[in-house]
Amino acid sequence: MSIGKRKIFNTFFQGVCRGMAFLVIAALIGILVKVVANGAGVINPGFLWKAPTAGMTEGGIFPAIFGTVCITLLMIILAIPVGVSAAIYLTEYAGKNFFGRIIRASINNLAGVPSIVFGLFGVGFFVLFVGRGIDRIFGLPLLFGQPAMIWAAATLALLVLPVIIVSTEEALNSVPVSLREAAFALGATKWQVVRNVVLPQARSGILTGAILSISRGAGETAPILFTGCAYFLPRLPVYTIPYAHIPVINPLDQFMELSYHIFIMATQSTDAAATRPIQYGTTLVLIALTFLLNLSAIIFRIYFRKRSR
Amino acid sequence: MKTEHGMQGQKKTKVKIEGLSFYYGKYKAINDVSMEFYECKVTAIIGPSGCGKSTLIKSINRISEITCDVQVEGRVLLDNKNVYDRDIDLVDLRRRVGMVFQRPNPFPKSIYDNVAFGPRLYGVNNKKRLDEIVEYSLAKSALWNEVKDRLNQSAIGLSGGQQQRLCIARALAVDPEVLLMDEPCSALDPTATARIEELIEDLKKYYTIAIVTHNMQQAARISDYTGFLLNGQLIEYSITTEIFTNPDKKVTEDYITGRFG
Repeated sequence: MSIGKRKIFNTFFQGVCRGMAFLVIAALIGILVKVVANGAGVINPGFLWKAPTAGMTEGGIFPAIFGTVCITLLMIILAIPVGVSAAIYLTEYAGKNFFGRIIRASINNLAGVPSIVFGLFGVGFFVLFVGRGIDRIFGLPLLFGQPAMIWAAATLALLVLPVIIVSTEEALNSVPVSLREAAFALGATKWQVVRNVVLPQARSGILTGAILSISRGAGETAPILFTGCAYFLPRLPVYTIPYAHIPVINPLDQFMELSYHIFIMATQSTDAAATRPIQYGTTLVLIALTFLLNLSAIIFRIYFRKRSR
Repeated sequence: MKTEHGMQGQKKTKVKIEGLSFYYGKYKAINDVSMEFYECKVTAIIGPSGCGKSTLIKSINRISEITCDVQVEGRVLLDNKNVYDRDIDLVDLRRRVGMVFQRPNPFPKSIYDNVAFGPRLYGVNNKKRLDEIVEYSLAKSALWNEVKDRLNQSAIGLSGGQQQRLCIARALAVDPEVLLMDEPCSALDPTATARIEELIEDLKKYYTIAIVTHNMQQAARISDYTGFLLNGQLIEYSITTEIFTNPDKKVTEDYITGRFG
């Protein structure tokens, strides 16, 4: 091939790749501009702090913000310990034997399962099997065996688990072998190596991956559709401890949630057109919340990178 | 701490390798090697790259098996106890057999925490006791005077030579009996190398030292015994001066005089 031809090809492919990159940015900017332009107008303190009124054509979205924050926190509590422990087991203990390979294959397949399947599984397993099971064993009236925040959070946790496991595995594997060797050569046990060398080195990677996967899960609708979120609730999912008057989040209650709120306003509302400004405003709030989560991931990474120097 | 000096002319076997063959998977890295390491002596292993030098000394503290799938035939006796016996405690074995690696590998922690890492593994948490151990170990590795005012600074900020001496201090902090050194100077400049060599000279009063080196002058300078390894086989093993002035085998002479390797 002549030099001229090679140069043309070089320029051509550079142009194609650059074009594709711009396409991605353009799509993102397009969505953001439309949402901000249409949604920024409705956002004011009342919108953020009030409950919806007048068939959701007026009022605010506070219950949905509250529900989203609650379920995200609950999901973090459920997903991170399980995901990180599983990843530690896989990288440090399981090795390449048959059992380890089966677990790895399962996790990869789990990551490919559509989210609506998780939603249905959540009803079948968490609500009907686990919840009803608890009720039956303890002879309770219908308490655990109905859609609730705890089951929705568990379903979401299941959804983000494969992502957390894979990103944690990557973070653990990026710890240099020479540091592990150094610790083993001093007589450290496997757990001491993990605890004192591997985890401190990997924690920024683990945290970043976990937060990113959680911000992904926080915007999901399908998994919570049948497992706990409500079309409309006149109250917050809060339980006040008698006499002490301390309000706590009630994980057995149903809840409202931002992405589901957008979905029902757009499709189930009696007057979808009248809710349009609120839909945009809600979308903007949801995007802002996930962006905040991503931002905290970046800050964590910078903080830990500085500390491990 | 041990203070007994090796008596002149008398030698006590610390580590005895008997008919050792070592496999990585199916690949045979060491082929039927037998040799001894003596207390308070420096034993050097020389040979061309890939001949199994590192594998040989790593067979003593069984460190290869944490990253590789290995198989072992023969015996490695530490004080007459086979380290491949089923009832051996790997934690105790590795405390007794310290190791310094080819590239300095300090933890990304402070200088103090690096040295205190080993003792802490064994549950030493008393601040005063740890201070003592850190000072003692750093003094023994000839680093104390350079770092005593910045013990809380990161070890990553030290020069390569200082990092390697820190790694030696870290190994000494758990009070080992044997010190394995896998080409400890190969990543260092000549000045730093000279300091480490002086240090080894000093340390051999207390420890059994096995050192792998590709540098024959270094082996000649610092070791009492030298083994020449080629393709996983021990070609010749003798007092260092013998090996370098009057080798038994032609191939040893060829290697030492630089005809290959």
